Amino acid sequence: MKYFEDIRVGETSDLGRHTFTAEDIKSFAARFDPQPFHLDEAAAARSHFGALCASGWHTVCVWMRLLIHYRRREDEERRARGEPVAQLGPSPGFRDLKWLKPVYAGDTVSYGSEVLEMRPLNSRPGWGMIFVRNVGVNQHGEPVMSFISSAFVERRS
Amino acid sequence: MPRLHWEDFEPGQVTDCGARVVTREEIVAFAAEYDPQPMHLDEQAARATLLGGLVASGWHSCCILMRMLTDNFLVDASFMGAPGVEEVRWLAPVRPGERITARATVLETRASRSRPDMGFVKFRFELIGPSDQPVMSLVVSPMFGRRTATASPELGA
Repeated sequence: MKYFEDIRVGETSDLGRHTFTAEDIKSFAARFDPQPFHLDEAAAARSHFGALCASGWHTVCVWMRLLIHYRRREDEERRARGEPVAQLGPSPGFRDLKWLKPVYAGDTVSYGSEVLEMRPLNSRPGWGMIFVRNVGVNQHGEPVMSFISSAFVERRS
Repeated sequence: MPRLHWEDFEPGQVTDCGARVVTREEIVAFAAEYDPQPMHLDEQAARATLLGGLVASGWHSCCILMRMLTDNFLVDASFMGAPGVEEVRWLAPVRPGERITARATVLETRASRSRPDMGFVKFRFELIGPSDQPVMSLVVSPMFGRRTATASPELGA
């Protein structure tokens, strides 16, 4: 992670992509979101979605995993260059999560993010808060999900 | 035939949506798959972080809430999913062995302009921690089917 001072509003990151298989969709749904349209092809065909599709929570959990992997790669590169690595603190929450289109079995979603806003924190010296817009786009170029996350990021001083 | 339809929800209604204990095993298993950060994976590494010990991923709390709502609340309703989530606040950490309860409060209801067979119900869902304080709050407007028999005449169909 970069230090708060080194982050700029408008910065974008390509976080990578994930293909949602039927098996993957059903395994997540069975544990966390057991709706018929996430669990069973025939029941999904009869639902308003028309075919088996991923839980919306699944589409954001995959974003989280890709973000962590992205940061890990970034931190390794930083250490290899001999640069210090900032700590990423906890998140107080998120807003405006939109599930814009169903993610069907076999769909590949590419995830990206853009820094929207940065706030130094008077209440927590040593930390700043960043707000980031995150989006997922399917293989047809259609946005399937977006939301605005927030997180504490360590400051240099 | 589900018992609860869109017409059955009214602002101010509060529903208890069950209780469960969150185990260390499930916190670590979820994190290993979707949110592999030290504070969710390893007690020793977690002690060095801002939260001072092992805590559940915020996304895991969302998934736990979704499952509790499905099992104890939506199972009996004409639930049709949600187009998104307006806001999630992670207010306090969820630690291993803690017993949490889920609560639903109806904020408002709104008929769908384009779909006479359904309507939206805006809820605040909360996970309540062992000291009776909310640890997570989530504002969301899921879709519910209407009782067709009463919906049609109102719409002059």
